[in-house]
Amino acid sequence: MKKILTTPIKAQDLEDIHIGDIVYLTGHLVTGRDDVHRRVVHEGMISPYDFNGGAVFHAGPIVKESPEENVLISVGPTSSIRMEADESEFIRMTGVKMLVGKGGMGEKTTEACQKYKAIHCVFIGGCAVSAASHVEKIEDCFWRELGMPECEWVMKVKEFGPLIVSIDTHGRNLFVENKAKYAQRKEECEAPIIESVKDYLVID
Amino acid sequence: MNHQQAQSKMTDVMEKFLNLSSKKLPDDVYDKLKECRDAETSEMQKVIYDTYFDNLNKALELDRPCCQDTGLLHFYMKCGSEFPYMAVVEQALHDATAKSTYSAPLRQNTVNYFEERNTGDNTGERMPWLHWDIVPGSSDLEICAYFAGGGCCLPGCARVFTPSDGYAAIIKYVFDAVAGLGINACPPLIVGVGLGHNMENAAVLSKMAYLRPLGTHHPHPKGKKLEQDLLAGLNKLGIGAQGIPGNRVAMAVHVESSARHTATIAVGVNVACYAHRRGFITFHNDLSYDIKSFKGVTL
Repeated sequence: MKKILTTPIKAQDLEDIHIGDIVYLTGHLVTGRDDVHRRVVHEGMISPYDFNGGAVFHAGPIVKESPEENVLISVGPTSSIRMEADESEFIRMTGVKMLVGKGGMGEKTTEACQKYKAIHCVFIGGCAVSAASHVEKIEDCFWRELGMPECEWVMKVKEFGPLIVSIDTHGRNLFVENKAKYAQRKEECEAPIIESVKDYLVID
Repeated sequence: MNHQQAQSKMTDVMEKFLNLSSKKLPDDVYDKLKECRDAETSEMQKVIYDTYFDNLNKALELDRPCCQDTGLLHFYMKCGSEFPYMAVVEQALHDATAKSTYSAPLRQNTVNYFEERNTGDNTGERMPWLHWDIVPGSSDLEICAYFAGGGCCLPGCARVFTPSDGYAAIIKYVFDAVAGLGINACPPLIVGVGLGHNMENAAVLSKMAYLRPLGTHHPHPKGKKLEQDLLAGLNKLGIGAQGIPGNRVAMAVHVESSARHTATIAVGVNVACYAHRRGFITFHNDLSYDIKSFKGVTL
């Protein structure tokens, strides 16, 4: 059965969700990446969109803009790790419940997700047209002066996904756990190659 | 054809070529991606690859860029010394980039340093980025257009080692880049490794490495073996598409090299995401053209 979360999301909606689960989102998904985080966390500006109970999308879309209507052409996740420095504060200050992006985030965000009850999910990177097909319309746009990729686009979404849960509210982080496994294997994968080149500087 | 006509013709062709290249993966990359899908066994990897291919199909069907990050435009050129329209190429590529930004449409990604405002049309200081190689005697211009997205630029790195570090340093450096930030850069990746004598020549070579057509190899047997060994080794790390556990973190490893200073071993690593939007087009001296990256397409 599809697990669908609907905004506004409450802390108890996230209790039974664990890393590695696949979920979908219905309601509002709002883009916010480097510049939005900087304004909220460092410049003391209040986000025009109220993220309390909401979902922030680390993404910059392509939008065909006109005075009548803004049409979403494609939207996909950007690397969430860029927001790591500010995300924990962003969660605390805004009450956002779901972060959607690409790749993993770090320990600070994991702690904040456990403390303030939020999750981070991965939408599959590069799949911008698929993503756009789950967006019903763009309802609003704030802070447009930041540029098309950086401003807040308020999107109405229906069963947006698949979203792979990478940080849950129980202190677990899929990418950190996986990275540790990859790091363990690194030496044994490198070793035979290193062995094969060890005489490359030797002159006969 | 006078220069003005040539510029207008080249702008027009390149605008259409960029629009196509932002929406469709080159044939060699698409085929390799299918091979990578077949090597995966887990349910999660299946979900990811299904989404990859669904998205690529939808992009063609709806005539939209397949990834929202259409990047900054890089043009790597091999220009014949006898190509008659060298004088108009830079302006034509500049104008084609701006026009394609609105007609594709591409995302507006370009910001000038110190001004810190989006320029709106993907042109800016030294952007699009142009790299020229001269081919003596030829009258053709071969252009490799690449959409350099932000995510796959992040893991890029270059470092200068000493001979006492040996070739081992190269291998460790590549593994660190791929198993570190590389997992966030939308694997399966094409890993470009540049071996040179200083930082920037290794970096430029790493770029040329990942632009090379898939299935080509380093000309030296040891270079070719290093490519194959690195690919096999990286793919044993247990990393799959999107950095989630799986069997294929890389589609290919390409090595390019120059001679080195006897005192240095310089390594550059540059990774390209699976959505490798890289197109080859060759203009002849009458501005007729061939497209190498896609079979059977017309602009």
